[in-house]
Amino acid sequence: MIIVRKPYKKQLEKIIHGVLFSSSTITSIIVIFIIIFLFREGIGLFSSKPIEPGFFIAVNKDNPVKSLSAEQIDLIFNQDVTNWSKVGGKSDSIILFTLNNVTTYIPEDSLGANLEFLPRKLNEFISTHTGVIAYFPDNYKPWEFKASLIPVGNIKVSEFLKGEKWYPTNQPEKIFGILPLILGTLWVSFGAILIALPLGLATAIYLAEVANKRLRNILKPIIELLAGIPSVVYGFFGLVVIVPLVQKIFSLEVGETALVGSIILGIMALPTIITIAEDAILTTPKTLKEASLALGASRWQTMVRVVIPYAKSGIAAAVILGIGRAVGETMAVLMVTGNASVIPHTFLQPVRTLPATIAAEMGEVSSGGVHYQALFALGIVLFIMTLAINFAVELIRSRTKRA
Amino acid sequence: MQLINFKNVSCLIFLCLCLGFFNLGLFGQKSTTIIKGSDTCLPVVQNEAEQYMKKNTGASVSVIGGGSGVGIAALQNGTTDIAMSSRKLKMNEKVNLQKDGKSFKEIIFAYDALSVVVHPSNKVKQLTREQLEDIFTGKIKNWKQVGGDDLKIIVYSRESSSGTYEFFKERVMKSKNFMMGALLIPATGSIIQSIGQTKGGIGYAGLAYVHKEVKSIGVSFDGGKTYILPSQKSVKDKSYPVARPLYFYYLLNSEGKVNPFIKYTLSAEGQNNVLTSGYVPLN
Repeated sequence: MIIVRKPYKKQLEKIIHGVLFSSSTITSIIVIFIIIFLFREGIGLFSSKPIEPGFFIAVNKDNPVKSLSAEQIDLIFNQDVTNWSKVGGKSDSIILFTLNNVTTYIPEDSLGANLEFLPRKLNEFISTHTGVIAYFPDNYKPWEFKASLIPVGNIKVSEFLKGEKWYPTNQPEKIFGILPLILGTLWVSFGAILIALPLGLATAIYLAEVANKRLRNILKPIIELLAGIPSVVYGFFGLVVIVPLVQKIFSLEVGETALVGSIILGIMALPTIITIAEDAILTTPKTLKEASLALGASRWQTMVRVVIPYAKSGIAAAVILGIGRAVGETMAVLMVTGNASVIPHTFLQPVRTLPATIAAEMGEVSSGGVHYQALFALGIVLFIMTLAINFAVELIRSRTKRA
Repeated sequence: MQLINFKNVSCLIFLCLCLGFFNLGLFGQKSTTIIKGSDTCLPVVQNEAEQYMKKNTGASVSVIGGGSGVGIAALQNGTTDIAMSSRKLKMNEKVNLQKDGKSFKEIIFAYDALSVVVHPSNKVKQLTREQLEDIFTGKIKNWKQVGGDDLKIIVYSRESSSGTYEFFKERVMKSKNFMMGALLIPATGSIIQSIGQTKGGIGYAGLAYVHKEVKSIGVSFDGGKTYILPSQKSVKDKSYPVARPLYFYYLLNSEGKVNPFIKYTLSAEGQNNVLTSGYVPLN
């Protein structure tokens, strides 16, 4: 009997081994695949031009301006700058010339039914008007173009990270500056921690040390239920209840602010913080506590002087994981923070966060374009932020083990 | 050696399972007509699809939102039969579609008007295009500058990638940028909700979304000579200036499959559905 069963058992073990191995391999491959995908799509942004592909910008041949920065192009097409002298040229008023207004300068019937005469007319118009700046699709570019093209450089990493304007669909040149988005994310997350930390820590200590068993059995599931509420529901709650409340309390013109985002995120981070911090507190050895009590310390003193110092690193990990949740949260924040891409100076101002930007804009973006790549680049920034947070957790945990 | 074999075998089983699911998915989709795209078009096309399926038993149409861009991208990679869009195809999307040698067709099936909406307590009843431009670009900051109370103007807008945003920017703001501090709201419904709770708020929304919580105002595109309120009538007789067509895009080689539904949408009954959904029919 034994001789027959043994190889069978061995076979089974090997099958189980194989299944376990392949599951873990598949999981790791999927994770690596997602990261590679994210980086491949996002990095492409920095070898792309911020102008719509298949379009060109040109000025009159005699115009001394031969190159324009992204900001200057934006100012010109937004009609904030109307004279060439402001961007380093001669004093001459700027004439914007695009597909939208072509018929105000050239009669429509002279362009042909399918705009086949447009290139020739374009050439004429640009060469006869010194102040013109033209923005047209490449397929209307005349054969012998009597104008100078304005070169458009690739998007730079520093411009991307330090830029203060986020106009991803701007014409002709898209502007990708994510500083307001990064700062918005940090403000909201920081606020969330300010709210969640004292509340979560107090609850954890209460549950672990003070509450009796019956109360604990009631409170614990309720808190865990908090983690089970979908984030959209938090968003609704924030938009309909907390936004008007904040508006009234601080008598603001507008209720959608970083503060509301922080409150909602703080509530959402609570279960994480409470559960992990409570676990950390509960791991304090009984002997330590009893020794403290035996020395004549009160329960309160034991808690402050013995239990919390012992569980310090666990509590820190709880807080950081809570932040991690807050940084990456999308839906609830998207609904309550107002999403204005300005650099925030107070909590009572609308802000725009990284994940909210991705979620809000991904749906309408044309796939493969510059804007699409920019959203992936946002994903990379967000990924690096949460990765740093996770590393911080690991660092703190490994320190505890050594101690 | 044997261990490696087991690894291989289990890997194979996993792969087979995955492939199996994929196939199931593909075969399952074959009989339904899939329509994907703009969230603005979603309510009306959803309504059309329901009525169409009620009338033609056995026909199956599924309507999915996500945005104009999503629909067009799906058309390009073949995961939808019809793309619905609240804007015309962009140059690069056209180039992408034609690059693969696919020819497509564009059909206008309804009109949508954008109402400019403010808080009901706002005294301002009408604005010119120039005033709207200055408000949305941030040059006019207080309601008293346009005849209202001394109250800061809070600008609400749809997200910058939505077709509605682009249309409003092009038509009303002459392609100038929205002010930096404009609050960008991902959904039209939330804009209405937010303006309903913000006294100084101003925003824009599709005619079908406007209800009692907010107030539509009249707009003038002729320098203040005539102010026109958005309504079915003013959109239909083309006097209301902030209206736009809604499009279906489909590939010519799937014309046979999509034609019955498109014909229904353009029929008298289909156009009546457009009306009951709060949009504006073609005629």
